[in-house]
Amino acid sequence: MAMIEIRDVSKWYGAFQVLKDCTTKVEKGEVVVVCGPSGSGKSTLIKTVNGLEAFQKGEILVNGIPVHDPRTNLSKLRAGVGMVFQHFELFPHLTVRQNLALAQVKVLKRAKDEADARGVRYLERVGLAAHADKFPGQLSGGQQQRVAIARALSMDPICMLFDEPTSALDPEMINEVLDVMVELAKEGMTMMVVTHEMGFARKVAHRVIFMDHGQIVEDAAKDDFFGTPRSDRAQQFLAKILHH
Amino acid sequence: MNYNWNWGVFFQQTPDGDAFYWEWIVSGLLWTLAVSAAAWLIALVLGSVIGVIRTTERTWLVRLGNAWVELFRNIPLLVQMFLWYFVIPEFIPPLKGWMTSTEPIYAQFLAAVLCLGLFTSARIAEQVRAGIQSLPRGQRMAGRALGLSEVQVYRHVLLPMAFRIVIPPLTSETMNLIKNSSIALTIGLMELTFRSREMGEYTFNFFEAFSAATIIYIAIAMTANRVMAWVERRAAVPGYIAGGGR
Ligand SMILES: Nc1ncnc2c1ncn2[C@@H]1O[C@H](COP(=O)(O)OP(=O)(O)OP(=O)(O)O)[C@@H](O)[C@H]1O
Ligand SMILES: [Mg+2]
Repeated sequence: MAMIEIRDVSKWYGAFQVLKDCTTKVEKGEVVVVCGPSGSGKSTLIKTVNGLEAFQKGEILVNGIPVHDPRTNLSKLRAGVGMVFQHFELFPHLTVRQNLALAQVKVLKRAKDEADARGVRYLERVGLAAHADKFPGQLSGGQQQRVAIARALSMDPICMLFDEPTSALDPEMINEVLDVMVELAKEGMTMMVVTHEMGFARKVAHRVIFMDHGQIVEDAAKDDFFGTPRSDRAQQFLAKILHH
Repeated sequence: MNYNWNWGVFFQQTPDGDAFYWEWIVSGLLWTLAVSAAAWLIALVLGSVIGVIRTTERTWLVRLGNAWVELFRNIPLLVQMFLWYFVIPEFIPPLKGWMTSTEPIYAQFLAAVLCLGLFTSARIAEQVRAGIQSLPRGQRMAGRALGLSEVQVYRHVLLPMAFRIVIPPLTSETMNLIKNSSIALTIGLMELTFRSREMGEYTFNFFEAFSAATIIYIAIAMTANRVMAWVERRAAVPGYIAGGGR
């Protein structure tokens, strides 16, 4: 059974179709990179996986649990699927420590001490234990994003979704975040990553998906994708982003 | 202007002979504070609830909230005061019964508190809605993505920031409420303005009476302002720049 299975998913905003019959899967332990031009539907697709965006047609199964089924407890499903956003989305009024503990306590019903200890452990992993009692506004962008990754990990997720985790960062901070992600990938975490960081894709991705106008145009093993993408659009896109 | 100020008037006996004029003023002040405090509590609780439901995704709740705000914002406050005192009790017999059997001042107090509380709740609801909607959309998503329920997202993620943002406009709504409470004199509530006018009419020392009222209103407003400024400082988030810098 695949960890994430997306079958014929379509979504409309009014008359505008954002997703067109998207089908793909992410196996357990697999790292899949999703790329494509702005507005192609990457964020929308990745947000359908944990039900943050509803869709009108198709099916999505996460670890066998149907996201599209109204009887599914979405809160429970989301608690087990980590998500990292472009703009970090740490809660600014809570310290780093409290950011990490909040959902562990409120959703997973862990004891405060246990949640705190686990949070600190993941902070150590991302190299930020010294900042546990700071507020998000007192950290750099790269540090905030590492905290956001630690926050997701402290929920013990079965897989992780990333939506352009480095595109709001100053260039000198991109690597500190990518390093954490590479390490995660090497440990065998299942990851679906929307990104234009092709260096990251080359290093750890198993597959690359290319989207355009709401469609999955290319879904290929990494080497095939970087060797010779089959579609012209993907070739043009690659040429453009590999230039700089 | 040639006017002989007579501040001693406050220490003259009232016509009934059972009090001094300064005691009228103090009693008026206490009613003003009581009405304002009770109305403020109602306004804050209802205003927060109405403000929150207007930011949910449930259309009927949003409509209900919008209707509430429009209703109480668009009827003149003075008319609302008359409605609460003279008209609405006619439709609620038990309320009517209580209002006619109790001391008039309690009936006036209740009408004034409901009127000012609901009127101000509409204004606070508008501020709370704007505060929540000024937060980045991703905050709600991040909360949901962690598995928090909708109620938990409001309680732990959105409202703590929204209330911090809303403190300055809330301060001015608080001061408006205190000033608006003087309208209760039209239904006979013996609050500060009522008492000052009454004292003026009995003694012809209108200048002194209204000077006292003016100074007291300013003092209350400044105190409220200071208290809210203190709350704002206490609640400030280290490193947070208003607007999030996005
Ligand atoms: N709430 C909405 N209502 C209407 N259209 C929307 C809405 N949200 C997104 N869209 C549209 O859906 C399309 C896909 O958006 P999406 O954010 O998924 O693109 P993306 O591939 O993530 O782009 P980017 O690289 O800029 O993040 C865009 O054309 C966008 O304008
Ligand atoms: Mg996007």
